[in-house]
Amino acid sequence: MPFAAPRPETWIRTTPAGLYCEPGEFHIDPLLPVPRAVITHGHGDHARSGNERVLATPGTIAIMRSRYGEAAGGSLQPLDYRETLALGDVALRLVPAGHVLGSAQIVLDYRGTRVVVSGDYKRRPDPTCAAFEPCNCDLFITEATFGLPVFRHPPDGQEIDKLLHSLSLFPDRCHVVGVYALGKCQRVLALLRRAGYKEPVYLHGALLGLTELYESLGVPLGPVLPCAGVAREAFKGRIVLAPPAATTDRWSRRLPDPLVAMASGWMRVRQRAKARGVELPLVISDHADWDELTTTIDEVAAQEIWVTHGREEALVYYASKKGYRAGALALTGFEEDE
Amino acid sequence: MNRFAALLDALLFTPSRNGKLRLMQEYFASQADPERGWALAALTGELVFDEAKPSQVRALAAARVDPELLGWSYDFVGDLAETVSLIWPAAEEAPGHVPSLAEIVERLKRASRAEVSGLLEPWLDALDSTGRWALLKLVTGSLRIGVSARLAKTALAEWGGVEIDRIEEIWHGLAPPYQPLFDWLEGRHPPPATGQLPTFTPLMLAQPLEDADIGGLDPRDYLAEWKWDGIRVQLVARGGEKRLYSRSGDEIGAAFPDLCAAMPLEVTLDGELLVLRDGEVASFNDLQQRLNRKTPNPKLLRDFPAAVRLYDILRESQEDLRGLSFAERRHRLEAWYARAPRPSLDLSPLVRFVSWDELRELRDGARERGIEGLMLKRADSLYVSGRPKGPWFKWKRGALTLDTVLMYAQRGHGKRSSFYSDYTFGAWSGDELVPVGKAYSGFTDEELRRLDQWVRNNTVQRYGPVREVTPQIVLEVAFDSVHRSTRHKSGVAMRFPRIHRIRWDKPFREADTLETLERLLT
Repeated sequence: MPFAAPRPETWIRTTPAGLYCEPGEFHIDPLLPVPRAVITHGHGDHARSGNERVLATPGTIAIMRSRYGEAAGGSLQPLDYRETLALGDVALRLVPAGHVLGSAQIVLDYRGTRVVVSGDYKRRPDPTCAAFEPCNCDLFITEATFGLPVFRHPPDGQEIDKLLHSLSLFPDRCHVVGVYALGKCQRVLALLRRAGYKEPVYLHGALLGLTELYESLGVPLGPVLPCAGVAREAFKGRIVLAPPAATTDRWSRRLPDPLVAMASGWMRVRQRAKARGVELPLVISDHADWDELTTTIDEVAAQEIWVTHGREEALVYYASKKGYRAGALALTGFEEDE
Repeated sequence: MNRFAALLDALLFTPSRNGKLRLMQEYFASQADPERGWALAALTGELVFDEAKPSQVRALAAARVDPELLGWSYDFVGDLAETVSLIWPAAEEAPGHVPSLAEIVERLKRASRAEVSGLLEPWLDALDSTGRWALLKLVTGSLRIGVSARLAKTALAEWGGVEIDRIEEIWHGLAPPYQPLFDWLEGRHPPPATGQLPTFTPLMLAQPLEDADIGGLDPRDYLAEWKWDGIRVQLVARGGEKRLYSRSGDEIGAAFPDLCAAMPLEVTLDGELLVLRDGEVASFNDLQQRLNRKTPNPKLLRDFPAAVRLYDILRESQEDLRGLSFAERRHRLEAWYARAPRPSLDLSPLVRFVSWDELRELRDGARERGIEGLMLKRADSLYVSGRPKGPWFKWKRGALTLDTVLMYAQRGHGKRSSFYSDYTFGAWSGDELVPVGKAYSGFTDEELRRLDQWVRNNTVQRYGPVREVTPQIVLEVAFDSVHRSTRHKSGVAMRFPRIHRIRWDKPFREADTLETLERLLT
């Protein structure tokens, strides 16, 4: 670190409302309404409603508008990837995080020190969003949702093949896949198309809006149909996407002999998948797995690593052993789900 | 191996019987010999690797992975084989030769304990994570994928287009990897001959008889005997070898060395396995003590003496008796027993009667422990494997019932995954409700829908998949008997509890007490 460069903890810290950058006077993914929020991506536990001013990528702003309407924020300021904006003495850039459409890492330069807040991220290619770009920095604040070495996501094509194989083995059963409405739903659609699946895919009502938004933002996802009003028999041998909770609850009773699949990194652990009543676990995750987390830590060449939401202890232990100054950053309010 | 691993993985997650059958059939159809034969051996529990231990697996992982990270991971995953399969780091070099299941089995069978680790390590490097999981589950002997030997044989029989009983009959004369069996099922060869081997003959089973239906039967056509509350077994002694088979054809002789030692030669007998003390049938719980122990110690043998109460004789010396009538077989059984009485074998007596009413009275009046009801067998019935319609009936004593209060509900599996269909019910102990059992059958689909709705509207607390509900609904529960149990808070456990009626009308304060249940203890 250059002489006189301020230590990161003197200008970026946790507050009850979340991570706060003092010289820039803004919060990152705040839990409570604040005067100025910088948002990494559109998932509900990161992008909340009711902030006075919001800064995010155009994609994230479109997602927030679609989800919250007027409540998305007093003023919504889009900032393209890699453009620099000065906030007080802080220069801020948004860089692709590869998590979902519009997702960004936040790169902060202040008096010769650079801090990168990863937000949620993954490293493997995803046809529905821009790929993660590693940025050298002094402090890297990383997520750790899958911060244990048992989490190694297999290639996503292999998981989609499992779904298509099951469909050929059980052609009379409706295959209902639990997916989160933002990101996972659209990625599964894109992966199905890439694997050559051309049939229409049926969507639970809660997934329609964001899927249309992705299409309108230039992400082709092939033919989709709403589930509402469709005769039970028409779902035979079809793929239906639905929010995870709906796949094993009352909503699913409209489906004929449903085979419940679930697309999530948690599906890697068998007992977890079984406990959720999943018959076909698909290990498809929008978060970095252990190898991606550890590779990224090495790549960004930061001397200091703060680890947040997830299994912090294992990643902190790993980074410390490799000689980084590492610590857990206690941020509440983030969900384990993906 | 990766293909077999994918099968095990899919079987683990597939709840429905038909789904499991389909998966196994697809596997048998698509795999070559001897790979599928070894897979069949694994599925039927015939593969045991004595020299592979969980401690070796743990040591292998600890040599490759940081022990702290391994510990945290194990805490999270909760299963050693799975943790190791997931955490195993990719090999530095390109993965080596991926072993087949056949290769794994053949090499492990010949390996000493010291050699096992050396074999496992390169295999773990070469396999994918599902392959590693299957390998470790297989070698440590704990597949637990919800497939019984019977189900695997059913899949095989359906795939090969033969009756399952034909496979059961020759099964114990075959050995993995079952080449002659696959040759037969694929039409290349006649059925494998089992000659003088002590193979299993699938049992003849009875149909349930309702009290209302007995009027249609002529009492002169039937012989009656007690239905004992143990487990049905078949004793086979042939060609100098002795076998004790359970009703499903599993060999359980190892757990009953006392019985095997006392077994006669050159005969096949059908009977009920019981714990007998001075001719008195002990509780089913006592029998459970013996069934739970694969290798019993002398104390257990002394305290829980096993015996078989004989019902039938299927073979004597070289003579197959299955083509004789039951009356004739009974005669042969009595004659045989008179020549060769043994302390751990006795005859189940015939119950003499003239009319159904007389027999019903005998049944309901029987207070001797261990009697579940009566068996009615046509005197002219041949011994036919399976459950033929008509010749044999089981006529059980009316079930016991108790009015209980619904306390907790849990969602079911498979088709019932959106319904709260598993119910825990309690009885009164003073002012407190104590859980006394759990049931998930006995109601109609319509009643299930209504209960499900009620549970959702009357939840007071949620514990993961379980909902605690307001005490209000009275469930009349039917069960066969009740026993002491140290594993339940109430101190008692019911056998075969099911929902008999939902008493929407009955005030829950008027449900039965734990004391009432205790008075029904056998």
